[in-house]
Amino acid sequence: MTISLNVNDKIVQLEVDPDTPLLYVLRNDLELNGPKFGCGVAQCGACTVLVDGRPQRSCVMPVAAVAGRSIVTLEGLGSREHPHPLQTAFIKEQAMQCGYCSNGMMMTAAALLAKNKRPTEDDIRTALRGNLCRCGAHGRIVRAVSEAARNGHDGDTS
Amino acid sequence: MTTRRRFLQGAGAIVLYFNAPPSVRAQQATETDLPGSLAANPGLGTWLRIDADGTVTLSPGKCELGQGIQTALAQIAAEELDVSFERVTVATVDTAVSPNEAYTNGSRSVEVSGAAVRAAAAEVRAILIDLAADELGVGSTKIGVRNGIFTVAGKPSTLDFGAVVKNLNLARNATGTVSPKPRDRYQIVGHSLQRIDIPRKAYAEAAYIQDIRLDGMLHARVVRTGDCEAKLLPPANFDAVSELPGVVKIVRNGSFLAVITEREEQAVNAAKAMARLCRWQGAELPLQEGRISAWLKKAPADVKVVAERGAIGAGNILRTVSQEYSRPFQAHASMSPSMAIAREAEGQLTVWSHTQGVFMLRGAIARLVGLDEDSVRLINAEAAGCYGHNGADDAAADAALIAMQMPGKPIRLQWSRADEFLGEPYGSAMTTRISAGLDDAGRIVDWQFDVWSGTHSIRPAGAKRAAHLFAARQIAVPLPLAPVGNIPQPRGGGDRNAVPLYAFANQRITKHLIRDMPLRVSAMRALGAYTNVFAIESFMDELARAQGEDPFDFRIRYLHDQRAIGVLGRLREQMAAAGFDSVQAPGGVGIAMAQYKNSGAYCAVAMRVKVDAASGDIKLEHALCAVDIGLVVNPDGAINQVEGGIIQSASWTVREQLRLTASGVRSTDWASYPILTFPEVPKVEVVLIDQPNEPSLGAGEASQGPTAAAIANAVANATGVRVRDLPLTPARVKSA
Repeated sequence: MTISLNVNDKIVQLEVDPDTPLLYVLRNDLELNGPKFGCGVAQCGACTVLVDGRPQRSCVMPVAAVAGRSIVTLEGLGSREHPHPLQTAFIKEQAMQCGYCSNGMMMTAAALLAKNKRPTEDDIRTALRGNLCRCGAHGRIVRAVSEAARNGHDGDTS
Repeated sequence: MTTRRRFLQGAGAIVLYFNAPPSVRAQQATETDLPGSLAANPGLGTWLRIDADGTVTLSPGKCELGQGIQTALAQIAAEELDVSFERVTVATVDTAVSPNEAYTNGSRSVEVSGAAVRAAAAEVRAILIDLAADELGVGSTKIGVRNGIFTVAGKPSTLDFGAVVKNLNLARNATGTVSPKPRDRYQIVGHSLQRIDIPRKAYAEAAYIQDIRLDGMLHARVVRTGDCEAKLLPPANFDAVSELPGVVKIVRNGSFLAVITEREEQAVNAAKAMARLCRWQGAELPLQEGRISAWLKKAPADVKVVAERGAIGAGNILRTVSQEYSRPFQAHASMSPSMAIAREAEGQLTVWSHTQGVFMLRGAIARLVGLDEDSVRLINAEAAGCYGHNGADDAAADAALIAMQMPGKPIRLQWSRADEFLGEPYGSAMTTRISAGLDDAGRIVDWQFDVWSGTHSIRPAGAKRAAHLFAARQIAVPLPLAPVGNIPQPRGGGDRNAVPLYAFANQRITKHLIRDMPLRVSAMRALGAYTNVFAIESFMDELARAQGEDPFDFRIRYLHDQRAIGVLGRLREQMAAAGFDSVQAPGGVGIAMAQYKNSGAYCAVAMRVKVDAASGDIKLEHALCAVDIGLVVNPDGAINQVEGGIIQSASWTVREQLRLTASGVRSTDWASYPILTFPEVPKVEVVLIDQPNEPSLGAGEASQGPTAAAIANAVANATGVRVRDLPLTPARVKSA
């Protein structure tokens, strides 16, 4: 069936099984690199995207469930030309090793910063508790989110 | 297929240049005189290319694994060439063009690849200077280089690298006769430059193997259990699966089973449907969770004394103290389940893989699919961190087998999370026993250390070891399995760091290698060092505390190595500055120290913990660490590696164990194999000890062992409870 998606402020029409996980549509049909396949069972957070501003696990989200809703991926958050404060801060703090989890970290943090402009370290750790990092970059990630918060995040992640 | 020759031709501004320029016209060095990996790969053009626009392409044989090696090597190249760091790009490792540096493992990349890049770049710079001298009609001794522009008597000339590359021919071997830059003139090495791979990752540009999308690419999944020896029982009729949407082909070869589909979700669905139709015959696990140590000590083993000093029993022994320490099977548990892309076309097979060793894997895959090695090309692309031999090579072999059945089509084979947990080779379970003989003053005069372990390396290293691939066990005619071995001392495998750094008068170190393990095991970050350092450093702490001695002073008494003493001293200062209680005072602080492999980085760790008496739960509060890795190429990169090592080791130490049942492994996801999460990880502070005149040592594995012992020692200090079996679960903390 035809499904209409709003991804990073662009409307796209897709002919796809409505049960297809959103992650595969984003990665394979729309060729977006941001959301990552990590577990497929909503346990690790690597696939996180924002749906109507809320962090959601795209690996278990049927594409039909998000038709017509606003989907933002890491590409929609910012780019080399127009970086989001989180992207700038992750680079400045070198807040990754392999960086495979970074998508989920930044998307989850973006939702946090939209609600809480000055999160404490504990707020950040709590917000990221469902996002796994295997390299052990946790301390740097927390610093980068704090740094992004200080650098005038505008709170607009829709 | 691109050959090395074509790569060089593709470099553009290269013409034949028959006479070696004067500064390198010295006698040819023999290959073995060349430093690091240059000895085996002496061709300068294999390592470096300079284009007419003055940009430099470095082509090392070490793979980026998220450890920042590309950045460190680019710094070394830029430093020696005297070009700005931004002008250096680093090529991905590819059997068609790259130097063969075997595996990216053992924390040796900066050591061996860095030494090669340094020497090669220094020599290329000398060649460029000779070319500029000819061009400018000035003696080469008057010529220097600043930011890629030649200087004459210190003043910038009009010539840059790009202007002379028309005469540059790097299709020649290194001579090893050009001295690298003196270290006191370093401007790039030793600085925390930002990693070159991070922006593309932060901006979601193509950065990973997962981001490679080839025209006409089909998707594939394997269908299997975690037991590579399990046999697929007939009748397995998959006709119903063939009717599912998008199914292109079902591939079966013996017990190797896979499905090819048009779309990825179709592969997931088809593989699930096939799994429901399969019946497997496999052996029961001969060991039980919680009784692994007992099994290891009874299993048939090759016993070998790997180090001996003095004569056991010769000292004036008043009493003997013995303890045992163990570790369960643990998983690499990479964030990205393994995958690969393979394409067969006209007898040539190309495989994209996140392997740690493209050349080694090429030979193994060629053997598996029955092609000549020359007909197989392996191209590296990054995935999530692997931390050793995970499923990467096995997935590449799976993709190759499937692609051979679908000529002309690129096949993207993706393992599920459960495939990775069940299929990856694990870190071997280990048990150790230490017996120390003490004299009348409480001094250690006698030391016996026994370690029981499976192998720590079944890497499919070339054709001869192809049988270690998961699929090689499954195909209709499985490849003959060569006996597994152990990496010999001084590096060691299961016995890595089993020889203490401490100077005991009489000692004997014995390894018990169990060749036939019930689970597939191979290299996991730090190998045996994690367990052996945990054991030695726990035991030293027990002895110190039993005698009421300061754990720092007690260790230093047996140390002769000043750099080992140095990291302990620095750690003591860090503890004072951070307001830690003295390690001797009852509280929640523990320390530990080791030199990785007894030849690598020195690392001392202090951990402060709080233990909930009611639950036994350990709260890891704060870790401090002092590291000596010799000359540091990129301080922040090295600190990042050590920080990560501490957190990963902390996770292994307090959380991680593979869950087992009689039928096999039951850890299939992050719920059944939990790792530490954000609220649970400690604050970590790492300091590097500046040693600019010492050779560079790898940082990646140094902190694994010390962290484990520091946590156990902190728990003992906080509670009086000594836990000697990993992980330090709440139940063990409460019941010990």
